[in-house]
Amino acid sequence: MAKVPVQFTLNGSEKAEFVDSGTTLLHALRDKIGDTSPKGGCHQGTCGACSVIIDGELRLSCLTLAETCNGADIRTTSGLAEAGVLHPLQRAFLDAFATQCGFCTPGMIMAAKVLLDHTANPSREEVVEALSGNICRCTGYEPIIQAVLTAARANSQNAA
Amino acid sequence: MELRKSYFADVRQNGLNEIGQPRPRLDSPGHVTGKTAYFADRNFPGMLHLKMVRSPHHHARIRSIDTSEAEKHPGVVKVLTAKDVPHNVYTILILIQIGPEDETVLADGKVRWKGEAVVAVLAETERAAQEAAAKVKVDYEVLPAVFDMEEALKPGAPLVNEYHGQNYYLYDSGECRKVRFGDVEAGFGQADHILEQSYQSSPIEHAPTETTGCVVAPEGNDRFTCYTNTQAMFFTLDNASIILQMPGSKLHFVGGTVGGGFGGKVDVIVEPIAILGAKLTGRPVCFIYSREEEMQISSPRAAEKVVIKDGVMMDGRIVARKVTGYTDAGAYSRHSPYGAQKGAAHYPGPYTIPNVWIDTYCVYTNRTPSSAMRGFGVTIGDFALEVQMDKLARLIGMDPLEFRFVNAYRDGDMKAHRQPTEGAALIECMQEASRAANWPVAEKYMAMSSYTKGA
Ligand code: FES
Ligand code: FES
Repeated sequence: MAKVPVQFTLNGSEKAEFVDSGTTLLHALRDKIGDTSPKGGCHQGTCGACSVIIDGELRLSCLTLAETCNGADIRTTSGLAEAGVLHPLQRAFLDAFATQCGFCTPGMIMAAKVLLDHTANPSREEVVEALSGNICRCTGYEPIIQAVLTAARANSQNAA
Repeated sequence: MELRKSYFADVRQNGLNEIGQPRPRLDSPGHVTGKTAYFADRNFPGMLHLKMVRSPHHHARIRSIDTSEAEKHPGVVKVLTAKDVPHNVYTILILIQIGPEDETVLADGKVRWKGEAVVAVLAETERAAQEAAAKVKVDYEVLPAVFDMEEALKPGAPLVNEYHGQNYYLYDSGECRKVRFGDVEAGFGQADHILEQSYQSSPIEHAPTETTGCVVAPEGNDRFTCYTNTQAMFFTLDNASIILQMPGSKLHFVGGTVGGGFGGKVDVIVEPIAILGAKLTGRPVCFIYSREEEMQISSPRAAEKVVIKDGVMMDGRIVARKVTGYTDAGAYSRHSPYGAQKGAAHYPGPYTIPNVWIDTYCVYTNRTPSSAMRGFGVTIGDFALEVQMDKLARLIGMDPLEFRFVNAYRDGDMKAHRQPTEGAALIECMQEASRAANWPVAEKYMAMSSYTKGA
């Protein structure tokens, strides 16, 4: 099968790979590049576990072709902590018991990150709306919502 | 919350403040950083992908299987049928002497439910495995199928599973699990009112966010490491050892990290065939359910039917209870004979009733095999029982909570399956609930205790 070159930045570092044409970004990240923080829960765009940030926008990596990501800036949950210090969202998820099995967590954190990047002080409704594409079958939605609100407060206090 | 301390006074403290407070989980740091290693996060060079050819029929005889075209498909490394599996007929609970072996790893001569695994294809890529699976030709003779438990129990119904010989699990007590306590007919004879109702439930899928699967790597020393999301590590290891006719010392299972299970990952389905694939090809193998397979193929909670007949007195006492429970195992046993048995012990509910009669059937139909799910065997029963309790209270014009106080079991009461009640605490729980929910009951109920029969 014809291979196509793809080149992008992943959490700030340059990556280049040859992939089969038609390979999803999820597959390229997990099986080629080795970043397994995006999870495959459905491979059909319904669960949100594979969520990543591409050029600042929330995207489902299972529905994104790797070859369309040339030159993109891609962020995943594995790159969120800086120098070993957890991002406020990660801290808040830890403190609020917002993870159970953890399988939805990286996707949830990506969705929450995009929300907080655009909306510093979201309302509860805005948080619910932002997470509405992410399924948590362990149904820890309430602690997850609380974690995002807590992280938003922590962010704005730091900024103040 | 201030707890009353009349019961378990020596062990209860007021200083408890854990409820309602988040506690850090030990595995959370891995989850929030994306570092937790789920089985599918293991990747090995040269790993093969396994895809199943599945039955499109609910019940059919297999006349022939032709894998020649599939074997020629580019990228295909191995195609497995029933004859490749060393011990193809198994049952999970054989480890605790619940037989007979009644299920095939790969169908042999017959399929008994729509979705049953028939042929396994191993290929270099997922896509090649999928394409080749579509090229396997299976010639079926479709047989009449049965989907309803009561139909399945009628004489002349299609026989679902020849390993049982009849459409129900044969317990040592006969065609059902039985509990007999007191004289239920005499109880109905003395009752002021009798209420008989039936309750039914559908199968329920656990739908974990992470689908069922495993990754198997052959090791240099003739051992196989199996990374799996099973919820039943040692059950899976021991059953794999039986199915593969391989000593357990050759199998190294790595697991414990499960992306949601809820009971849906206790069946031994993916591991043995993936290990066999790794053994026969000498290559690492991954077998991961698609979302469609997770929803359609993995065992759901069993459909149940519960028929409850109660005799009740105008003063609130239930004097007789007769329950007939049906658990739809689907085509194979898996954990259902055990689930139905749990129901038999559970059906009187947390109530002291002098005359009890219980029959629970584990029934075979041509539906997806059911198995464990959160409190299986008792959860649907509890729904039925508590709805019945409300109906009984309404029938005699009593407050539904007070009605439960009248019948609640207390320490020392003999339960229908002849275990004396100990540490019940039901009265005290209901007293706290009455306060917390602001649902007042008469003072005499608030003065009751699980310790004595007084009041
Ligand atoms: S894996 Fe992408 S949405 Fe489910
Ligand atoms: S924590 Fe399990 S799916 Fe969300």
